[in-house]
Order: sequence, then structure tokens, then C-alpha cells
Amino acid sequence: MSGMALPLAAPDRPVNVVALTIVIILFVLVAVLGFVAARWRRGEETGLHSLDEWGLGGRGFGTWVTWFLLGGDLYTAYTFVAVPAAMWATGAVTGFFAVPYTIVLYPIVFLLMSRLWSVSHRHGFVTPADFIGGRYGSRSLTIAVAITGIVATMPYIALQLVGIKAVLTVLGLGSSENVLLTDLPLIIAFVVLAAYTYTSGLRAPALIAVVKDLLIYLAVIVAVIYLPIKFGGWDPIFNSAEAKLGATNPATGKPTGVFIPGAASYSAYWTLALGSALALFMYPHSITGVLATKSRNTIRKNAAVLPLYSLMLGLLALLGYAAIFAGTVPVDLNGAINPQLVVPQLFLDQFPAWFAGIALAAIAIGALVPAAIMSIAAANLFTRNIYVDLIRPDATPRQEAHVSKIASLVVKFGALVFVIAMDQSAAINMQLLGGIWILQTFPAIVAGLYTRWFHRWALFGGWAAGITYGTIAAYNVVNPVTKAHFGGSIAAIPGTDTQVYIAVTAFAINLIVAAGLSLLFHAMKLPDGKDITRNSDYGADENDPKVAQIEREHPLGESGASTF
Amino acid sequence: MSSPDVPTRGPARSGPYVITGILLTIAIVVPLFVPAYSVDEPRWVGMPFFYWYQMMWIPITSALVGVSYWLVIKEDRRRRESVRGLTSPGEER
Repeated sequence: MSGMALPLAAPDRPVNVVALTIVIILFVLVAVLGFVAARWRRGEETGLHSLDEWGLGGRGFGTWVTWFLLGGDLYTAYTFVAVPAAMWATGAVTGFFAVPYTIVLYPIVFLLMSRLWSVSHRHGFVTPADFIGGRYGSRSLTIAVAITGIVATMPYIALQLVGIKAVLTVLGLGSSENVLLTDLPLIIAFVVLAAYTYTSGLRAPALIAVVKDLLIYLAVIVAVIYLPIKFGGWDPIFNSAEAKLGATNPATGKPTGVFIPGAASYSAYWTLALGSALALFMYPHSITGVLATKSRNTIRKNAAVLPLYSLMLGLLALLGYAAIFAGTVPVDLNGAINPQLVVPQLFLDQFPAWFAGIALAAIAIGALVPAAIMSIAAANLFTRNIYVDLIRPDATPRQEAHVSKIASLVVKFGALVFVIAMDQSAAINMQLLGGIWILQTFPAIVAGLYTRWFHRWALFGGWAAGITYGTIAAYNVVNPVTKAHFGGSIAAIPGTDTQVYIAVTAFAINLIVAAGLSLLFHAMKLPDGKDITRNSDYGADENDPKVAQIEREHPLGESGASTF
Repeated sequence: MSSPDVPTRGPARSGPYVITGILLTIAIVVPLFVPAYSVDEPRWVGMPFFYWYQMMWIPITSALVGVSYWLVIKEDRRRRESVRGLTSPGEER
């Protein structure tokens, strides 16, 4: 294609047979596991014919399974590809913020998620929007939260495909001339994924996550020990990174990246970390992982042990710098430089083919786990909060599970079309917007866990204001090189020069609007919705009776009486 | 069995929750205070301070959350038992 004088610039790169064979073997093994998972800890009387079974794995995952499941769910293949890619390309602010992000995440999870678990357990809520519906009695707010969740999740699934694609490209599958042949392995992988998700529900990613996480740990640990020894320690690695990031980018006249943030980047760095941490557990797939746990405190125990994954992510991020030292050249099929190929390429260049195969398989399988959970979560949202709430209020659990299974196929097909038909940057832009949008459901969900002070329409107003500001602000960020819109997620707070994560500004606007309107609506005595939850629900544990059970035993028991 | 309006837990003692709140606030605020660590020196095995300091906070946070877990679980258990009175957890099912 282009006449670059690089050994890998040829559009058709050779297939690495050994590495590819390892990837295929591991992929087949995982697919078998996915189908076998349908029989794992199966509820005898119902099989998988309810959302509790299909969509939440029977609501019985203990500490170990949850650790693997959430680890696989939150630390996605795209993360593994994109974080070192950002380090390689522009350094600390865009890449290493992932470390403080995944540190402050866990205290926040500890504080919030067991309350959500308790109330959901009591009332049989499957999705965050179910909780909103029960707490506020507002259909508009429920649908706003459900739609936000689905729309934010779709591009996230698409990015998992981008992660698989990066692995396949590096392995030499695909050519710039034959597009169908290029995408065929991707399509096969996704059809198999869709099939076992359909059959086994959440049990499939839970079981696969164990294999995937062990492979990832193996690959990362070996790489962070072996590569610095091979390159003569971390010193030269960091020095070469400092030199590259400090060099002037000819296109902008500014430094290429940030090695250690200066005072001007402080606010961007910490708001990116905080905003992302607040947003992550608002994503439907994270909440699905929480609600699938066995008891109230399973998620809290996990908040103490999940940071092991953050350590691995931090080390993986540093591999982006190792690639700078190693001179890794990530050339895409069209001959252009694609930073997202940098880690797969690094493994292929520096390790024997069989070990590179294991590492690449770990990344590819790492895409399958979150993609499955995300599609299940989005399907549950559709089923519970759109299909049942709006179309078929009298659907049986069996019908719910059936609709959800079909919806999971539709969601995955949509993501596939997204990646194949549209430009890859469309998925990345949408994911960027999705992060901003999903944070706007935080006030309704989290405030609702503690208080009913906020008025339902005020929360709706705040949500709309946050989404509107966030979308416009993100559109107005122009990439200095390509002049394209949606060029990043950082913008100045209106009226100041302070650069912050757009989602955090939008979140602040959201909160101010919601609080102001609540005062106004309370003063106007605007009717508030019916709240079916009670204070005691927020502290319930697995042995406390569920609401359905209480109502069977005490048919006259009045619900919703003692809330404030 | 319990009737619908019986609380699931007894009244809370504030002590464990206050300590937990302080520990978790430390775990959130300190790693986000960038001016404290955006420097190159001192390096450790070749890693600039900026990088190893943040990585070091991963196990620290983990420990802070772990202690919080222990405190909250103990209090949670006490509150549940105060509500159940003489009923053993086995019968409660």
C-alpha cells in the first residue's frame, strides 16, 4: 500500500502458524466450556428458563467465581489493548490514569453495591432500571436508565470485537484486499460466542473467565519479568519513553505525550480516574455481575481482592513503554500505524511463537467474557424494562428468559455490524460518549439507594441536562491532527481554563439541576411516584425472606408504608 | 417468621461505620491527589516515583478495604443477631 520502508509494511503479513494454532486450540477449549456451563450448578426444577437462572446464573456465585467473573467483566480485552496503546502513543494522562481509576473504584464499590444487592435480592430486581422503577415509580425515569444502559453497552461490545481483531491482524489473518476473508474469523468467533451465551447464559462467561484470567495473569507476569531483564532493566525502558513522549509532534508543535503530568494536567488526570470509577458500576454488565452474587457481602469481600487485577493492569500499561524501547512497529493491514496493535505485536516480536500464542489467546478470550456479559445485561434491560414494562406486563419468567435470549443475539449481531460495516473510530467515539452518558444515571441510582429526597422528574431533568451537555462538549473536542470531532474526553469547565473529564462536568450539572428541580417540585407539591421499597430492604441478606415470599405468607401486609 | 415491617437488622453503632468511612475516604482521596506524586525522583528499580507510587497504592487500598470489610461484617452480624433474638440462623431459612 504505502511505500513505507518497514519490514512489516506489506499489506499481507505472513501467518504465524504456531501462534495461530495455539489460539485456535484454546478458543475451541473455551467454546466447549461455554456449552458445558449450561449444566453447571443448574437449578433442577426450572432449568435455565428464567432470568434469575439464565441472566444471573442462579444468583448464587460465591467469592471465588465472582472474583473471576468480575475480573473478566471489568478488565476487558479492549482495556488490555487500549491502555498500553495509549501509553505507547501519548503516555500517562491518557493511559496510566487507569491505575488510580481502578484503585478508587473499589472503595466506591464497597460503599454502594451491597445496598443495591440487598434491595434487588428482596424485590427480585434483575437490572438497575428495575430498581429505579421500584424506587421512584416513574416509567420515564426507568426507561431513561434502561435506554442509557443499552446504548452505552452496545459500543462497548463492539470494542471487544476490536480487541479480537487486533489479535487476528497481528497473527496474519486477513488482507487489505479481501474484506470478507478478513472478517470471517471474527464472524465465526462471534457466532460461537452467541451460541453458547444463548444456551448457557451467565454461567458461560463465569466458567470461561477462570481460564481467561489464569492465561492473562500468566502472560503478564512472564512479560513484566522477562522483558525488563532482556532490555536491561526498567531504567532504559522509562528513559526511552521519556524521550519519545517529550519529543515535539510535527503535526501539532506540542510534545507527543505526557511522561509525568505537569500542573496543567492534574485536573484532567484525577477527574478521568474519578469519573471513570464512578461510571463503571453504573454499566449494566457490572451490575449484572454484582446481582449474580450469592450474598450481600460477597461484593464487599471482592472489593478487597479485585485490586489484584489493577496491579496486573498497571504492569500491562507499562508494557506500552516497553514497546517504545523495543521499537515495536504496529502496522495495520492498510499500512498505517495502529497503536492498538502494539501489545499483540510486542508479544509476537519478543517471545517464542507458542508463548505469544498463549498471550494472544488470552486477549482474544478476554474479549469473549465481557462481550457475553454485556450482551446478557443489555438483553435483560430490554426484556425487563422495555418488553415487560411497555409491551407484555403479564409475561411469565419463561417468556422473559426467551425474549432475553433472542435479544442477546440481536445485541451481538448489532455490535458485529457496527465493527464490520463502520469505521473502527465510530465504535471508539461511541464508547467515549457511552462513558459520559452512563455516568448520568448515577444520581438516580445512587441517591436512590440512600434517600427519596430527589424528585423523580428532577432526576429526569438532571439526566437530560447531563446527557445534553456531555454530548455537545464531546462533539466540540476536535482532534488537532485529523480535525475530526469527538477527538477526546477532556474539555475545559465552561467559563474556566481548567481541563477536566467531560463526564464529570456533565455529572456536576446533572446533580445541580436535579437538586434545584427537586426543591422546586417539592415546593409545587408535584406528585411523587410510589416507592415499593422499605428501609429494611437495603440491609437484607440472603437468608432474609424475599418480598414475593412475604406477600405469600402475609397477603394483607402493606408494602411501601414505612419509607421516608 | 418475620412479618413484613420487621427490620432486617438492629440499630447501628456508629463506631465501625465512622472508622470505615475514614479508611475508605483515605483510599479515594490520596490516590487522586496528583500534586503529591507527579515527580520523577526518587526512582525505584528504574521506575519514576509517579509510576511506582501509584502502583504501591493498589495493595494499600486493598488492605484498607479489607479492614473495612472486617469491621463492617462484625457489626453487621451483631445487628442481625440483635434482631433475630434467640432464633438461630438455621431456623430462619
